[in-house]
Amino acid sequence: MAITANEVEHVASLAKLKFTDEELQKFTGQMDAIIDMVEQLQEVDTTGVPVTSTVTDATNVMREDVAVKGTDRDLLMENVPEHQDGLIKVPAIIDESEEA
Amino acid sequence: MNFETTIGLEVHIELKTNSKAYSPAPVVYGAEPNTNTNVIDWGYPGVLPQVNKGALEFGMRAALALNCEIRKDIHFDRKNYFYPDNPKAYQITQSDTPIAHDGWLEIELEDGTKKKIGIEEMHVEEDAGKNTHNPDGYSYVDLNRQGTPLIEIVSKPDIASPDEAYAYLTRLRQIIQFTGVSDVKMEEGSMRADVNISVRPVGSDKFGTKTEMKNLNSFEHVKKGLEYEAKRQAKVLMAGGKVQQETRRFDVPTGTTILMRVKEGASDYRYFPEPDLPPIHISDDWIQEVKASIPEMPDVRRKRYVNEWGIPEYDAGVLTQTKEMSDFYEATVAAGADAKLAANWLMGEVSAYLNANKVELAKTALTPAHLATMIQLIEDETISSKIAKKVFKEIITNDTEPKAWVEAKGMVQLSDPVKLQPIIDEVLDNNEQSIIDFKNGKDRAVGFLVGAIMKQTRGKANPKVVNKLLMASLNAR
Repeated sequence: MAITANEVEHVASLAKLKFTDEELQKFTGQMDAIIDMVEQLQEVDTTGVPVTSTVTDATNVMREDVAVKGTDRDLLMENVPEHQDGLIKVPAIIDESEEA
Repeated sequence: MNFETTIGLEVHIELKTNSKAYSPAPVVYGAEPNTNTNVIDWGYPGVLPQVNKGALEFGMRAALALNCEIRKDIHFDRKNYFYPDNPKAYQITQSDTPIAHDGWLEIELEDGTKKKIGIEEMHVEEDAGKNTHNPDGYSYVDLNRQGTPLIEIVSKPDIASPDEAYAYLTRLRQIIQFTGVSDVKMEEGSMRADVNISVRPVGSDKFGTKTEMKNLNSFEHVKKGLEYEAKRQAKVLMAGGKVQQETRRFDVPTGTTILMRVKEGASDYRYFPEPDLPPIHISDDWIQEVKASIPEMPDVRRKRYVNEWGIPEYDAGVLTQTKEMSDFYEATVAAGADAKLAANWLMGEVSAYLNANKVELAKTALTPAHLATMIQLIEDETISSKIAKKVFKEIITNDTEPKAWVEAKGMVQLSDPVKLQPIIDEVLDNNEQSIIDFKNGKDRAVGFLVGAIMKQTRGKANPKVVNKLLMASLNAR
């Protein structure tokens, strides 16, 4: 097995997902098969090939530091379920992030 | 048992670029909520971020000013986490290939000793939005700050005391301020510090377990929090206990630190290379170009003040503490003021005024030209130093041209002997007893007479001229 049910459960919890036991078994099997398939790449000889993080071959795509006026707030708020005084209203969440 | 302390600092500094790190929305502090955002900041599906060249250049400028090596080939990484102030559910950062590494800065402690503190790495990333928790059970999110470019500067474990940590932060703020890439204001959140600290028995070759404090918003809190934490950890170890790896919070009212959460294993951010942003190659030419754009650093200015203008080393240090003060000083000298007198005024009356009124120099009405004119009026004896205090009060509170004001108010100093002599004669005629006292060797009589003459002239008489004329008159009687 390339991946265990525990690991799938952990990844799911990071994505705020909860699975039933039945789903967990099913997805573990599917993910296992996916990882097996991807692992075929290990057979390719990559001696002398630098570590690659993108495949587009583009480099140094940058924009000059010129500001463009922000998008109209009323327009953006049309997609916000609840807002007040120009702020997005969300259920209070205890800080579980580690911040920037 | 004696302990030694090891402190690490991670400092986040907001860059004052025109636009955001990966979107062209404006970077403005204190704007109406959610007015400086666009669909990239909101993490809309299908948007394509693009790297702001200016943000990388500001980052490189800061890195070079901190004596760092610039990495030639970099890419960006995604750090994944859920939080309402982070609508993409990831932060674009540089975890694999920070743009700079292995720098240093030199701190100076109260007793004058100097020490080099190493910088492990520095990278460019983006800030999150701002969450305000309300007692009504909701949080309110403003995404204006989302995507603002940040640099994170990570120190090497060279800092050995809370005082050194304080000196490091002071020095870091000074250097960054002079580079012009940030306002570095703790109170506005453009500079924020995360600290970690551990203690170990002196001589031990293994670091102790560290605790962390995050988002401290004043240098004083950093110092006090670290002082408390060093003592707390030492106490735990002395009692035979073990320090837990945990995040603590500095509690301002009590001056203590309070446990927030215990760390269980490394956080699972699932970093991976950012697919939306192609890698960046930084050429030597580009580095040279950025290097050439770095303004004169505080140490260079300090040396110039000492060597060229004859300012004492300590004074030159104070004048270069902030860019604002240093720029003002140079402009005052350029406007014709004597360098030493200008330094004395800025460090004396001006600083006292700023402290007493808790304002910044830029928020006062004082201009370098007005200060220079006032100093010249003192130098050529147009006004007395006593009158100068009145003039100073006027020019720091109002946009008043000092020379015209002094003339209009009739404050010009009386230095003409032809005008002063009759006044002196009159005062002497009215104070026979003082003349007798003087002849009997009572020096106090002179002070009394000078006071009487000053009173006659409503403080406008030139004390030097008065003294000379008075002594001559006394001896002649």
